[in-house]
Amino acid sequence: MSSITTTTTIGTFAAPSRRNTELALLVFAVLIPVFAYVNVGLAKDGSVPAGALGYTVGLGLLAGVTHVIVRKWAPYADPLMLPVAMLLNGMGLVFIWRLDQEPSLGKAMAPNQLLWSTLGVALFIGLLIFLKDHRVLQRYTYISMIVALVLLIAPVFFPGVNGAKIWITIPGLGSLQPGEFAKIVIAIFFAGYLMVKRDALALASRRFLGLYLPRGRDLGPILVIWAMSLMILVFETDLGTSLLFFGLFVVMLYVATERTSWIVFGLLLSAGGAVAVAGFESHVQVRVHNWLNPLELVNGGVTETAQAMYSFGSGGLLGSGLGQGYSRLIQGIAPKSDYILATVGEEVGLAGLMGILLLYGLLIERGIRTALAARDPFGKLLAVGLTGAFALQVFVVAGGVTGLIPLTGMTMPFLAQGGSSVIANWALVGILLRISDTARRPAPTPAPSTDADMTQVVRP
Amino acid sequence: MSELTLTVMRLGFLAVLWLFVIVAVQVIRSDLFGTRVTQRGAARRGGEPRTQRQSAPPQQQRRQEGGRGGNRQRRGAPTKLVVSEGTLAGTTVALQGQTISLGRAHDSTIVLDDDYASSRHARIYPDRDGQWIVEDLGSTNGTYLDRTRLTTATPIPLGAPIRIGKTVIELRK
Repeated sequence: MSSITTTTTIGTFAAPSRRNTELALLVFAVLIPVFAYVNVGLAKDGSVPAGALGYTVGLGLLAGVTHVIVRKWAPYADPLMLPVAMLLNGMGLVFIWRLDQEPSLGKAMAPNQLLWSTLGVALFIGLLIFLKDHRVLQRYTYISMIVALVLLIAPVFFPGVNGAKIWITIPGLGSLQPGEFAKIVIAIFFAGYLMVKRDALALASRRFLGLYLPRGRDLGPILVIWAMSLMILVFETDLGTSLLFFGLFVVMLYVATERTSWIVFGLLLSAGGAVAVAGFESHVQVRVHNWLNPLELVNGGVTETAQAMYSFGSGGLLGSGLGQGYSRLIQGIAPKSDYILATVGEEVGLAGLMGILLLYGLLIERGIRTALAARDPFGKLLAVGLTGAFALQVFVVAGGVTGLIPLTGMTMPFLAQGGSSVIANWALVGILLRISDTARRPAPTPAPSTDADMTQVVRP
Repeated sequence: MSELTLTVMRLGFLAVLWLFVIVAVQVIRSDLFGTRVTQRGAARRGGEPRTQRQSAPPQQQRRQEGGRGGNRQRRGAPTKLVVSEGTLAGTTVALQGQTISLGRAHDSTIVLDDDYASSRHARIYPDRDGQWIVEDLGSTNGTYLDRTRLTTATPIPLGAPIRIGKTVIELRK
């Protein structure tokens, strides 16, 4: 009997709700940007910036409200995601404000960005309050597909900016980058679709050269998605969204089916597609050319890629100090959005940049952990999808700015200037928190009386 | 502003940024090492030889529904449910007075990956006296306690095998 045997019990600790840890980290996450803000002010003007108190109170209020909402509506949610997101957003605001201090870099963006961040946090709060269960999203699988298609196709009909057609311009209101929202909606569609189809995709296959080759008819969806991402590349000349869209599908397909062959197919298809499109699309050619020859002189100056590398080099290991870099020398098109990482690298150095990248890594790790902990397949796939989209975006931007891959026009989540980006990423974190709340919630205790009675309540 | 202050602030900023990262990693540690491995039996009866091993090696099942073990159970009452055969062999679930549902449905306490199991196959729950009861929920292929197919809710003797498809579970102290 069991009393003699040596049994090894492996069980998890009933996960504590960890809200107090989150609060402590949130305080930390507010104080670091405030410290950076004061540092920039002292370095630029020799005095504490006038808005320091207001900024502290504003950021603290934002953090406090989100914390109270999470405590009330998602008490078992992951303790790390919110503080990390808050810290990245705060640091982004500081860096944008810091770049606003250089008159040569255009008009001030920080107040707008603060407004967008507040809207993003409001959306985050709204999601936590009104999205009681992430499985509700499963009902909108095919609606999400249509919404995503509309969001992805719409920018074709609007004029492009800097060669990439990724904006919807509403006269008088400003412009919107629908691709940022599309990545959330498309993750919902993929999760719903793959949950239903994954058995067919995983099991109906032949083995060939150690790879499972899927049947021709199962290849259909991946080919359709591939064709669509190529169309985005051709008609919107947007490398980033195209890569994100296709990469996300391959990631989710792999997670849903556990078949390595999908990754092989995905890589082959994307490589083939990229080479084919680069053959005739001049915008892509320019980007690749700049990537391969960064030191070439264009209009009497070096390319943006080289400028970003100069700033990394100038920063060195520990950086030049906040507010003491030479970001004003960046002549490029987007020092506050696409290239903000260059300023980060220069002013806080390799050590600081690694810290920031680790923060992204932590956020991604928590997302994957949420997927592991989630008990329903839709939640698992959705968490992987959202995290994957986030990770791909970080990789594409960081890789582009540091010269690992050709630069594509995307924004660093939370850090870079851009309203759509910050709002969409807060929504993304909101959905992830909702999934993690469901995943970490302990099993409910049953009502003790009814089951023992002769007549039973039949619950659906 | 003096050079020294700025240098101190520059290094200070890097320090607090990394401090945040390290604190965050510390928080993650509790998740990574969140599983608790308890050697039961051996500690209590150190002198006795271990005559039997557990039939299947325990798998690293990360189950959310585990708990800190029912320390407040009465003596002689089972404290855990052990899956002894089937794909989930080695999984244990602490019995803490909660209803344990078994089946292929994804919200079951123990999700059976078994073609012979129904989506809501059976449930195990304590009655008012703390006696654990197994009840078949109208499954297609039936739930067997020892060799008999269950027709009504039946109390579970300690160590009696409950068979659902290829899965066998039992209650242990």
